[in-house]
Amino acid sequence: MKRKMPLSSKLYVALMMLFLYAPIVVMIFFSFNSSASTGVFTGFSLRWYEALLNDEATMKAFRNTLILAVSSSFVATVMGTAAAVGINIFKNKHIKKLTMGVTNIPMMNPEIVTGISMMLLFIFCSKLIGKNDALGFGTMLIAHITFNLPYVILSVLPKLRQLDKFLPEAAMDLGCTPVQSFFKVVLPSISTGIFSGLMMSFTLSLDDFVISYFTQGPSFETLPIRIFSMTKKRVTPDMYALSTIIFVAILLLLVLLNVSQIYGEKKMSNKLNKGKGAQG
Amino acid sequence: MKKSSLMKKLTAAPYLVWAAIFIIVPLIFVLIYSVTDADGSFTLQYISDIGKYKDVMLNSIWLGFIATVISLVIAYPLAYIMARTTANVQRTMMILVMLPMWMNLLIRTYSMMILMQDTGIINSVLTYFNLPNLHMINTQGAVVLGMVYNYIPYMILPLYSIMSKMDMNLIEAAGDLGANKIVTFKDIILPLTLPGIASGFTMVFVPSVSTFYISKKLGGNTFSLIGDVIEMQFKSANNYNLGAALSLVLMVLIIICMMVMNRFTGDDDDGGVLI
Repeated sequence: MKRKMPLSSKLYVALMMLFLYAPIVVMIFFSFNSSASTGVFTGFSLRWYEALLNDEATMKAFRNTLILAVSSSFVATVMGTAAAVGINIFKNKHIKKLTMGVTNIPMMNPEIVTGISMMLLFIFCSKLIGKNDALGFGTMLIAHITFNLPYVILSVLPKLRQLDKFLPEAAMDLGCTPVQSFFKVVLPSISTGIFSGLMMSFTLSLDDFVISYFTQGPSFETLPIRIFSMTKKRVTPDMYALSTIIFVAILLLLVLLNVSQIYGEKKMSNKLNKGKGAQG
Repeated sequence: MKKSSLMKKLTAAPYLVWAAIFIIVPLIFVLIYSVTDADGSFTLQYISDIGKYKDVMLNSIWLGFIATVISLVIAYPLAYIMARTTANVQRTMMILVMLPMWMNLLIRTYSMMILMQDTGIINSVLTYFNLPNLHMINTQGAVVLGMVYNYIPYMILPLYSIMSKMDMNLIEAAGDLGANKIVTFKDIILPLTLPGIASGFTMVFVPSVSTFYISKKLGGNTFSLIGDVIEMQFKSANNYNLGAALSLVLMVLIIICMMVMNRFTGDDDDGGVLI
């Protein structure tokens, strides 16, 4: 039933893409501007890319963002996967429902509410221990792990449900310890879910502004926070240069992932065809 | 067997403790702050102060609602077109739709500001073609456009995912049985895609209503949304108690909107939530 797109559809898609990409094209365009203006193009230059590499504070914020994203997505993936394994075998319906309800809260709640609620907790705790500058890397890490966890749990749980529950038992009957059966049988079959949870956490954490904004301290600045404080004044094109670099990096990553996926699928279907041939 | 299943259940324990401390307790703090004053004694003053922000709140909900409806109306045909093309085109279009989401929201909004300024690119193009200039920046329309632009991928993706699972034979069957395009849409396509509409609606509405950056950049200082007011209480006015009270109301309002939305989309998929 798949057929070629009629002209009107093509036009509509083109218009939507124009809408989605106009601001991004503007940004990429002005990252090559020779003057500091983000409105008038005066000539091509790479000076903002150079300025970016020499801007110690921005590079540090970039490193901080990566450190935070890697550590929070890692912790969230381990804890979330373990949680999904446990939640999956909860027998009591009410407890299971309650757990899933709580898990949904950070996804459903407006980010600003999640941000300020954690800020209130952190400030209360820091008053308790008599410290004034408790907000920083630690609090941001906790906040990021918290908003990443639901995404990990919700991408691992369906994989666990699809898994034949007798498989781990069979492994144990054949002499595996429960731990071995988990690592040899369960883990490989839910690995795609774990991986997509990890990727989602990583990108969410990399991009988060609102929750970071309320749980951050002056000691630890991430890129979105830095962009925010810069856009309060006039933005110079080095922020555009940075965004352009990130954009191109993500584009390449996505294209590579998809090419490998297509390649993998082809290989798979070849295998299947061969299998069929052998059977017939 | 029993022992290993208990052990398995215990793997959820760290998460449950974490969720209790960092999801539940913070919300209790919001509740406590909203009914106490700066000294920590009980007061309903801040709850009653909310009345002063009634207009801001209604305006936020209204703008968020318009942005969500616009997103739905323009995303729906795109998702439908996407779902009906070949697998490779679908894949490419998915990437194209998702790619802008990886650009930082602040940067995207700032770029929009540059596009819409009085001396911005859109107006330069209009001048070039001898057309009258448009005043866009610092209006409510600009804020709505910013919301649509930033959050529309969250509308396209759930719509697309439900449409790509839809059985296209049903549409042909409806045509074969004499239904015209409008009837087919009303009786077949729309009911089948309702769950996608509902989740897209939620995913665009919630961040739109509670935004503060978009309204700050594209709305200027001409008006503020509920998110701006809350942000101000925590970041400059240092009135945490009022901020907490406003957040509480925002949370309740959104829950109510979601419940209305769920009622609106029919009973079919409510079963899972209710039982």
